[in-house]
Amino acid sequence: MYVMDTSTPILKTEDLRMHFPVKGGVFRRALASCKAVDGVSLSIEHGETLGLVGESGCGKSTFGKTIARLYEPTEGAIRFEGVDLASMSRGQLKPYRREIQMIFQDPYESLNPRHTIGTIVEEPFVIHGMGTREERREWVAELLTKVGLSESAMNRFPFEFSGGQRQRIGIARALALKPKLLICDEPVSALDVSIQSQVLNLLMELQRDMGLSYLFISHDLAVVKHISDRIAVMYLGRIVELAPAAEIYSNPVHPYTKALISAIPVPDPTHKPERVILEGDVPSPIDPPEGCRFCPRSGLEYSDEVLKTKPPFLELEQGHWVEACPACVPDARLV
Amino acid sequence: MAKLPGLRPFGCSISTSSINVSDAASDNVLEVRNLVTAFDTDAGQLTAVDGVSFDVRRGRTLGIVGESGCGKSVTAMSIMRLLPQPMGKILQGNVQFDGVNLATLPRDDMRSIRGNRISMIFQEPMTALNPVHTIGKQICEVLTQHNDLEPDVAWNRAVEMLDKVGIPSPEIRATEYPHQLSGGMRQRVVIAIALACGPELVIADEPTTALDVTIQAQILDLMKSLQRDLGMSIILITHDLGVIAETCDEVCVMYAGRVVERGDAKELFANPRHAYTQGLLSSIPRLNGVPKSRLTTIDGMVPALNELRPGCRFCPRSERDYEPHHLEVRPDFVEISSGHWVEACPVCT
Repeated sequence: MYVMDTSTPILKTEDLRMHFPVKGGVFRRALASCKAVDGVSLSIEHGETLGLVGESGCGKSTFGKTIARLYEPTEGAIRFEGVDLASMSRGQLKPYRREIQMIFQDPYESLNPRHTIGTIVEEPFVIHGMGTREERREWVAELLTKVGLSESAMNRFPFEFSGGQRQRIGIARALALKPKLLICDEPVSALDVSIQSQVLNLLMELQRDMGLSYLFISHDLAVVKHISDRIAVMYLGRIVELAPAAEIYSNPVHPYTKALISAIPVPDPTHKPERVILEGDVPSPIDPPEGCRFCPRSGLEYSDEVLKTKPPFLELEQGHWVEACPACVPDARLV
Repeated sequence: MAKLPGLRPFGCSISTSSINVSDAASDNVLEVRNLVTAFDTDAGQLTAVDGVSFDVRRGRTLGIVGESGCGKSVTAMSIMRLLPQPMGKILQGNVQFDGVNLATLPRDDMRSIRGNRISMIFQEPMTALNPVHTIGKQICEVLTQHNDLEPDVAWNRAVEMLDKVGIPSPEIRATEYPHQLSGGMRQRVVIAIALACGPELVIADEPTTALDVTIQAQILDLMKSLQRDLGMSIILITHDLGVIAETCDEVCVMYAGRVVERGDAKELFANPRHAYTQGLLSSIPRLNGVPKSRLTTIDGMVPALNELRPGCRFCPRSERDYEPHHLEVRPDFVEISSGHWVEACPVCT
């Protein structure tokens, strides 16, 4: 049995912001800023899967990369077991890099085509100066078996594997340093249905065996619902709703969550969807309004006032949070 | 049988007379029989589509579902005669469209059908549109190619098309370039181009795969309402069973170059007979499923094109006991109940 300290969340972000400058003009000055992540406060508990959903361009991948510290956040804190990673230097970060690992979407682009699988999976050990050559080989073999590949895969190259197998290799590499938190950025989006379920099963098994925590980023709401304990819905850099997985599907409060859920195609021809069709697309994250960002797309009536002030993030019921814009969520009340 | 919706082509007056002729003959717009398509490669001739047969009913939507590499797109390309040349070849089979066999039609005759009476919607709207021409010009191109139209008439019709596919302020949008539009808007433009000549059949190859769910819902909705208004038939190719369930009247399930099961959508989802269809349906996570439960999987992977056997191709993945001869003798494609066809491998069905 895996013993862990569960008093503090494994990861907690406080008002995390990641803004990218939009440069232009002759001197490449920053003309505007693209607010990809704009004030996100979330926590991930030990052994938990937090699902993060939203449309493309809403900032969900940027959020994942920011907490892995692949970017330097503009503002806010990233507390990993209580320690703030946001302002650390490269050197200070190194021990924490082992604890947070990433699995990427495209298994064709995330593996170096010139390296053998052995070299790819061994690399984390080399970087962190662990073990002798023989020990590392042994560990790699162990990891490959763990993700359901044979040891002989070690001497082969990525092109010899199918998409599903490559994703397993990506998972083996992410697990090499025995991380506590895995950031899965659309890990099954590029895979076929029959392979997708294999990889999802593997991720759930590994979580049970190793006590891993996941941030599971995906646009496929059925997949997220299946694998997550809690789900956060992101829209234009902010979290609009956060609730336990079953709750968010049975009782969505924010109009955006409602629209997103109603848009999922259900694999049953007798099902008649009651669809909330959203007008238009996600607006540009370049200089978005400070207030509610969904109002202009919601089809509801709203005043200019709601675009100016940031709506509060309220807990409606135990564990069910919503961004309580007065226009989008008129009947939000504190419990 | 319900009365078939009347066909009201707009933008194209040439083909009306011939439609009425075929209308009387059968209610199928397209009949594909035993289509075999192969590619010449360094590894020899590889058969990507191996004896596929199906019908597309007038005014209805046929879904073709399958995993990558199962031959669904190659089937579409064969019907459109857009196979990469000189590697791609239709070796056998008959593609009946309005009394002609498209598989053997001379190139010039095919050109007058393609984009006019049969058109295509592609997956990636950014690569399907030409970045250096305005979208109005791209719609005009297909209109003037197939009709004798004055430029200003064609332009007005292009604007009309943009309006029809739900693009706001179409007069202004027509003068813009693809990069000025969002992904969903671009896909609407691609649909406008496909429908400009009032086709009888539209082949949509993964039309919503590159789009978000909310935009996907908009586009599928649009396609359904355009089908109601214009009466065209649709072949919808996708890997998403949810999209199939919502939009299709009939479904073909393809596996390793063959149709393993075909039938009415409701019947096929309620009563799948082939092990592969059953596996596909049970391996997708459902919204009403048990959270964090183990998902059903289909073991192994799709066989590579160069290791295909003449017999049943799914036996090795079915987790059922099979004999070597099942891999060598091709199972018959039989109709087990009205309109429900299945590749009757004794192991898999």
